[in-house]
Amino acid sequence: MKGIRAVVIGASAGGVTALFKVLGGLPADMAVSVLCLLHLPHNRESHLADVLQRRLGRPVCEARDKQPVQPGAIYVAGPGYHLSVERDLTLSLSQEPPRHFSRPSIDYLFMSAADAYGESLLGILLTGANEDGAEGLAYIKNSGGRTIVQDPRDAQVALMPEAALALHRPDHILPLSGIEQLLATLEPSAC
Amino acid sequence: MSSERNTDIEIRLLIEAIYLKYSYDFRNYSGASIKRRILHALRQFDCHTVSALQERVLHDPSMFMQLLQYLTIPVSEMFRDPGHFLALRQEVVPLLHTWPSIKVWIAGCSTGEEVYSMAILLREEGLLERTIIYATDINPHSLEKAKQGIYSMQSMREYAENYRLAGGRRDFAEYYTAAYGNAIMDSTLREQVTFADHSLATDSVFSETQLVSCRNVLIYFDKALQDRALGLFHESLCHRGFLVLGSKESIDFSAYGQRFEPWVRPERIYRKL
Repeated sequence: MKGIRAVVIGASAGGVTALFKVLGGLPADMAVSVLCLLHLPHNRESHLADVLQRRLGRPVCEARDKQPVQPGAIYVAGPGYHLSVERDLTLSLSQEPPRHFSRPSIDYLFMSAADAYGESLLGILLTGANEDGAEGLAYIKNSGGRTIVQDPRDAQVALMPEAALALHRPDHILPLSGIEQLLATLEPSAC
Repeated sequence: MSSERNTDIEIRLLIEAIYLKYSYDFRNYSGASIKRRILHALRQFDCHTVSALQERVLHDPSMFMQLLQYLTIPVSEMFRDPGHFLALRQEVVPLLHTWPSIKVWIAGCSTGEEVYSMAILLREEGLLERTIIYATDINPHSLEKAKQGIYSMQSMREYAENYRLAGGRRDFAEYYTAAYGNAIMDSTLREQVTFADHSLATDSVFSETQLVSCRNVLIYFDKALQDRALGLFHESLCHRGFLVLGSKESIDFSAYGQRFEPWVRPERIYRKL
């Protein structure tokens, strides 16, 4: 895949396993930044970053307010705050009301990332029992970016991918293995 | 795509218009969140474009006051992040005792939850009588609510649990009177409190303080405005004064990162160097 600078991935129910699988496809030496948002059942402290880091054997950090988005880095949204990407490619947190009962909201992350990255953004929506992310993914497409929806037949819970497909036609509809393979083709870093 | 670009242009113009007309400065707020809030307000006011909203806001001050309620985010709780207040009690209060009198600035106090939490904590630690609390915000409606100190009983039940986890020593119900599903805070808690309109974006320092609490406010600012606000806090704080922030805020990415030392890092409690 050429011309992609950032990848945003959203998932809800069944998302931990799906995220492991998909992120496993990322090239070791990649130029893109990856931002993951998984709905979590509680507003508690999350250990998702630690868990992913151990499993993937590469650094994963919880996104922090005003943190610059670095090429080649993987971030996960922490609980209780919406995560956005600003135009200057820094991250920001906010506490507006939940969207689709979710804070952080996938829609908010996707839309802000689309405003920041435009056509160099790839959006991926995976399994989930919630409509969050559908509008955000369509917005990425409308902003010139590329989109992938997990094949609902492959998803542990089909509602989230189905909601996305009801709103727009993505570039790819793929099972997790297909998404994993596609991510493996992301450009390596130049140096 | 071009209509999206139009929206971004219109949002900048609206924010500029608000600044020129009403002197409220949102120009350095974090863009993503302010955009969402403006688009949300657009739907509530039944305006089709941001330009249409701008026209109404420019010509009708009451309309601006309504919009202001969308632009500020009154999300607050009493004893929010109980561990933070526990750390204040254990790691900060003993040092506050060493000052003969104390001034506390609660910047961006919203509807007052942080103010009453702080007043309760200081009273239980025997400090409230020699403390002056300045509670400031840009939203006059929020300040009015803060002064009234009336909260729903439903939220008070959640706050009672926070209070307990924050090391509260009494029955939380001693601090309010319940009536008609609401709780009215004990008015003696605000005897030492001065509520005031103050903007971290446009106003300057008004007093020397020993403790500044500004929680979940800086996340709405861009880096430049965050630095401005931290500059005000630095200027206001006395030597070795305390700065406390929200649980997801830090000064690590700020120009002032080196001018405070972490005191209780996980609870975002810093000390002026």
